[in-house]
Amino acid sequence: MLTIKDLHASVEGKEILKGVNLTVRPGEVHAIMGPNGSGKSTLSSVLTGHPAFTVTGGEVEFYGKDLLALSPEDRAHEGLFLSFQYPVEIPGVSMVNFMRAAVNEKRRYHGLEPLSASDFLKLMREKRAVVQLDNKLASRAVNEGFSGGEKKRNEIFQMAMLEPRLSILDETDSGLDIDALRIVASGVNQLKSKDNATIVITHYQRLLDYIKPDFVHILYKGRIVMSAGPELALELEEKGYDWIKEMHNS
Amino acid sequence: MNSLEQYIELHDQHRQTIEANAPAVLNGLRQQARQALEGAALPRKGQEDYEATDLNAIFAPDYGVNIGRLDFDIDPAKAFHCDVPNMSTCMYYTYNDVFHRSSTARRQPGGVVVESLAEAAVSHRELLERYYGQLAKLSDPTVALNTLLAQDGVLVYVPAGVTADKPIQLVNILNSSRPMMAVRRVLVVLERDAHARLLVCDHTQSTGVEALTSQVIEVFADENATFDYYDMEESGPLTRRVSSIYVMQKAGSNVLVDGITLTNGITRNDYHVVVDGEHAETQLLGMTIASGKQHVDTHTFVDHRAPRCHSNEMFKYVLGDQAVGAFAGKILVQPQCPRVEAYQGNRNICSSDKAKMYTKPQLEIYTDDVKCSHGTTIGQLDDEALFYMRTRGIGLEQARNLLMQAFMADVIDAVRLDTLRDRLRYLVEKRFNGTLANCGACAAACR
Repeated sequence: MLTIKDLHASVEGKEILKGVNLTVRPGEVHAIMGPNGSGKSTLSSVLTGHPAFTVTGGEVEFYGKDLLALSPEDRAHEGLFLSFQYPVEIPGVSMVNFMRAAVNEKRRYHGLEPLSASDFLKLMREKRAVVQLDNKLASRAVNEGFSGGEKKRNEIFQMAMLEPRLSILDETDSGLDIDALRIVASGVNQLKSKDNATIVITHYQRLLDYIKPDFVHILYKGRIVMSAGPELALELEEKGYDWIKEMHNS
Repeated sequence: MNSLEQYIELHDQHRQTIEANAPAVLNGLRQQARQALEGAALPRKGQEDYEATDLNAIFAPDYGVNIGRLDFDIDPAKAFHCDVPNMSTCMYYTYNDVFHRSSTARRQPGGVVVESLAEAAVSHRELLERYYGQLAKLSDPTVALNTLLAQDGVLVYVPAGVTADKPIQLVNILNSSRPMMAVRRVLVVLERDAHARLLVCDHTQSTGVEALTSQVIEVFADENATFDYYDMEESGPLTRRVSSIYVMQKAGSNVLVDGITLTNGITRNDYHVVVDGEHAETQLLGMTIASGKQHVDTHTFVDHRAPRCHSNEMFKYVLGDQAVGAFAGKILVQPQCPRVEAYQGNRNICSSDKAKMYTKPQLEIYTDDVKCSHGTTIGQLDDEALFYMRTRGIGLEQARNLLMQAFMADVIDAVRLDTLRDRLRYLVEKRFNGTLANCGACAAACR
């Protein structure tokens, strides 16, 4: 579904991604790990089309389409979803209006009629249960005054609402206590199917105890320097990143 | 060129016609106004408190004034159906500046009166003599000019202890095939413990013709009276409006003034509030949505003359295209006014590179033990919020609209009339997404 070839990207003139290659197929879970500043979040920003990042080379194909040529909203309509490391607060925009706009824009893109008010509310109710999101939060402004854990749960709730084909979870475990982590991970696992895929970006093995990856990649200095099965995450947990750095720098 | 001269000349040449067609109480102030204008000039752009707006240029065209008080052979109630769903109002109309003799009852239960000043000059002569022109300052040449030429207007009178249950709605329609100036006076008198709500809507039906509204509103709120005044402008690109409202609040009174501009040409709104009795409360709100070449200039002055009063002021602008906004606001706390709380906010978004906002907050405080603050911001829409919404599939245009609506949410929420608040939310949404053709089920389809 996703093929990244030799992707280069920079921000404010500084090159961060220096030739990333990655292929993701339906049903797979990929973990991308790596030390701070290796380009993990840049990769998710570039894939979702953040305007601050400039692609300077390479290509990304998503279900046969040139992903980089699409606007961020059309990437979403094509089935790409990013769970933000730092979800944005939008005071004054209610979760209901926000989600209604998102769901109906996607439907419009695919030539479907907007959902009726009652069908929409039913969908909200159903998907809230996936991450045990309180109705009170769903009726407030987007992320405004949410705790760290509530924000992450809200991300997975949105993911459930939009039913993406490929989800990128950017440091979804950061700032979560163990209970919230379980709820979030359980939400992600409930949404998993043979037709969709997940890229989990994380520092730690911890999240991968709950969301089992098929592949683990190490991103370092803007390149994927090692790919292996889930055992690589355990090895990193044990040995840290230094041996990767040494190996790469020598 | 001094634009005042043509109107002074008009007055001097047609003084008899003007006075013959106006009530004595209005004529009574005319010569004072004439004297105030001697040697005066309208403010030009760049003068203090007029940084953005050239009033001399606004008055420069040779506008016709209906000094013969010719009536118009139309029924605005038929031509114009301003519909706020679920809101039952007592509707009144002025067509250009003529109060329309519609069938709406001028006398409401409890002795509430809404009628033309000409009618009121007969039925409530003493009231008019006591209040007309007592607040508006002739030292402001636009007020003096209005006083010099005003021949009619509207009186809203609520006797002591009476509550006007239904909101009063006044629809002002401008429609002329030639450049014209509507000269309007509004006088609102609420006696002790009187309660009323007034919604004023300004519309322009004619297109391609310049029109100017000169308006002076005086509001007296006696002890423990409450008054809501919503002033909504939905005029056209060739409409100019110069409006001044003067409010006098006595002890325990509660007044809300809300100025809303959705569409217009050039507008200057002046707000003067004197808080003259303990425990009086003032809400001064404003919302401007401007695009194209719209120009909206607000000047406010809240004068605290009594202890233990509370005023809260918030004006918000969203400016797109080449729109220009201006805000100059001053809070004055006079000596010996402890425990006053007075807040002022002006928040603005320029959503295009060419939109301009001028803002000038001012506090002048002569008493210790008060709480006062002002805050002003000019910014753009939050890029991170826009991106977040786009990653959820919400297109850039719609994301911007949602953020702009969200920006206005608190000033809309502050509206104390439920049905109007809902309507306003709807109109603002339509205004931002560019589908505001007129304000609803309006047969007149102005603009």
